[in-house]
Amino acid sequence: MAIEDDVLVIGGGIAGSMAALSAAEHADRVRLVTYKQSTLRSASGLIDVLGYTPDGTGPLADPFDALEELPDSHPYQRVGTDAVREALDLFDDIAGDAYAGGHTETNALVPTHGGTVKPTARYPAATAAGLASDDRDTLLVGFETLPDFDAPLAAAHLEAAGVPFDTRGVTVSFPGIERDDAKVTRYAHLLERNESISMGGSTTGAREALVSIVDAHLEDESRVGFPAILGDEHADEVRASLADALGVDVFEVPMGPPSLPGMRLEDLLYDALGDAGVRVTSGVPVIDYETANSATSETASDAVAADGGSDRETPDDGDGERIDRVIVDRNGTMIPHHAEQYVLATGGLIGKGVRSERADESETDATGVVFEPIFDCHVPHATDRYDWFVEDAFGEQPFARFGLETDQELRPLQADGTLEFVNLRAAGAVLGGYDFAAEKSGAGVSLATGYVAGKQAGTQVGEEAGK
Amino acid sequence: MSDAEQPTDDHGPGTESDDEFEPIQVFPEAEDMDLRPGADNCYKCSTCDTNCPVAEVDDEFPGPKFQGPEQWRLKRQEDQDIDDSVMKCSNCMRCDSACPSEVPLSQMHNTARGEYVEENMSKLSREYWRNRMLANYRTLAPLGAMFPRTANFVTGLSVTKWLGEKVMGITSERELPEFATETFREWWTKRGGAQVENPDKRIAYFHGCYANYNTPEVAKALVGVYEHFGYEVMVPDQSCSGTPMFANGMLEDARRAAETNVSELAAAIDEGADIIASCSSCSMSIRQEYPELFDFEGTEDVASNTWDAVEYLRVHEDLEAALADAAVDGDRFEDFAYHAPCHARNQGLDGQTVELLELIDGVDAHDVGDSCSGISGTYGWKEENYETSMKIGEEMFEHMEHADAEQGLTECPTCSMQMGHGTGYEITHTLEVLAAALLESDAPSSAD
Repeated sequence: MAIEDDVLVIGGGIAGSMAALSAAEHADRVRLVTYKQSTLRSASGLIDVLGYTPDGTGPLADPFDALEELPDSHPYQRVGTDAVREALDLFDDIAGDAYAGGHTETNALVPTHGGTVKPTARYPAATAAGLASDDRDTLLVGFETLPDFDAPLAAAHLEAAGVPFDTRGVTVSFPGIERDDAKVTRYAHLLERNESISMGGSTTGAREALVSIVDAHLEDESRVGFPAILGDEHADEVRASLADALGVDVFEVPMGPPSLPGMRLEDLLYDALGDAGVRVTSGVPVIDYETANSATSETASDAVAADGGSDRETPDDGDGERIDRVIVDRNGTMIPHHAEQYVLATGGLIGKGVRSERADESETDATGVVFEPIFDCHVPHATDRYDWFVEDAFGEQPFARFGLETDQELRPLQADGTLEFVNLRAAGAVLGGYDFAAEKSGAGVSLATGYVAGKQAGTQVGEEAGK
Repeated sequence: MSDAEQPTDDHGPGTESDDEFEPIQVFPEAEDMDLRPGADNCYKCSTCDTNCPVAEVDDEFPGPKFQGPEQWRLKRQEDQDIDDSVMKCSNCMRCDSACPSEVPLSQMHNTARGEYVEENMSKLSREYWRNRMLANYRTLAPLGAMFPRTANFVTGLSVTKWLGEKVMGITSERELPEFATETFREWWTKRGGAQVENPDKRIAYFHGCYANYNTPEVAKALVGVYEHFGYEVMVPDQSCSGTPMFANGMLEDARRAAETNVSELAAAIDEGADIIASCSSCSMSIRQEYPELFDFEGTEDVASNTWDAVEYLRVHEDLEAALADAAVDGDRFEDFAYHAPCHARNQGLDGQTVELLELIDGVDAHDVGDSCSGISGTYGWKEENYETSMKIGEEMFEHMEHADAEQGLTECPTCSMQMGHGTGYEITHTLEVLAAALLESDAPSSAD
């Protein structure tokens, strides 16, 4: 037999977690299988819905106004604006005090580590005191050993961006860190545990030491921004104690990867999964599937290996096949997992839910294939690899929109518009038709499509059981 | 290494290696150990570093990214040796599942450590002999097991510990594990081997060293549970899985042990058995490290037919139904603080115990979170690592103490030593709980 569940979600990022959480509201046995740690570890931790329209207009004050105008191919159009709101509501329930921004539909403007201002719908509580719409003067503090955040440069960029307050940046040495490339978790650990460190011949707690260093630089600013390394599990406590000692508000500036706000968001989602009774299997990939009709699988890898990556065989009827089980590769042992409904949330080109390669072995060949590696769902793309990108790096890049096409229920479609499988839905960056990096819509699309895919999968299980 | 498995960048189709063009061929053919495979897939996101329990508490340790892909680049300079910091890696292998780019980090660390020990560590040094002794526990344990009471008495003496620390560099802070008065294999022989014969359902048990010499109750529980489901249990000859040898860079010792294991286990597979391990580091070693580092005949076959003891039953029997009907009486197995070992985590087995124990009436396992226990096999036994080891473990100790339980549960022998050491709790193996639940109605002798 196989390991049995009602709904099986493949992928452990925002879309997968959301799909599992919303499925768990309707089905008893929900499992999430995730391979490598999700790219949440590289994420800012901000929950954007839509910062810019596909034609580049923005930053948008109200993302919901713009959702209605998106092209039909956009995932938001598939699920509808109401689903985006419902998904955010569910996220707000899950996040509780850890996130802010739920009081309004308009975007907040969050300063980033590069000194730009990002329009976002929800932001970590740790970031709240730093919003660019707040007109209090700001001191940014960077550390010599943390080159990813150049505080004076970020301050200058913010001023140039026209923020309504004075900003100043200083670079200091972080107490207790000697290495140039110390891990961000090391900073967080020192502060979280308030470890004893020796400074100037005496021993003191890391927090007190940091406060004394920063205090010397603080003038009349009423808030201080640090790179996002202020603790991990008890970040609130670290921030509060620094704010207390400095006598000003303290906030974190979201950082590039690896990112503690991303890790905290991951913890938040995984705690919610635990509370919702979702079973989580991590560290192992789903590599294959078997359909109900075939005892031996028409596997994605076999099919592609045989024909060089072109389309999977079209099923006999237009209704699509039914996935019976998927195969998890457990360090070499093949473990079957069966469920009634499946959600694919494996990410896009970065998360490796969508992959590409040359169509031909030959080095000079210009043709390429873009494919979804587990089920080999159809991914529309140009045959010529040189049509996958445009010269302008910040232009409208075709590759950025690579991903699956689906019906209104988020079920992937074949090239001819028929269903790939009747019991498979897709969510998050594995979907095509949008450019999350340009639009600043990554987390929002993942939340909304994850929510809808999970809900559909969960209710479907209930209906089928009721029959 | 040239002969071992070449890591590929994905599990997707079309990546089967081909003779046509391999970038690796730009470099001269590697004679034995080579750090290159996978190095170019690293795009320096540093996610591995944020998962490294050693880097989190030790500012001196440069982290997994450095030990693998960066080490390879440095080595391209003729005047660079492997950096000695590689010996600070505890081989928890967490970096493997952290990497979004499928860089085979732990394989690179094993390779680098092997090369460091081979070329840079004095074979006359105390460190070398201490590591060798720790790594080859399997060779020394039979002596202790022959006179268990004497051995336990002697190793418990403070003068022995003092000597151990001063002479060998083994920390005096820890209690050496007690030897059982009867090893599992002695018990097995005395019992007359398998009590169930079944040509259709056979397993070969890889008990590893610890369950044999120190905790035979775990091995007996496995036998009881498998016989309960009608399996014929085989106990093939075996050597150490090699885990402590990989961790100490003793690749030649590991190779010898692996060769014995692969040939014995391959023979069992020929007799229709699947391989079952009760220790998560043993199964990790056979499934992942063997194919990464060795290529004895049958290595791949043995790896792909090796299973975690509990997972095998989940897939081949209706374990959930059996447990749903089961109950555990009394308070011996009531509430547990459960710690998932890193090597179970890396095999996607971290949720399994909690999932299954939920089904048993009267038993609760509270997961104490994803922190590392910090002992990592022989790592925490070394005088110079003891403090780091305890710092890493601190989070787990705290979570254990906050959990609604006064005893611990895990599948890894050394994790269980650390759990006991840090909290004073009794530590149980999941199989012992399953045995108690499933065999309640059976004759009491079956699990004794």
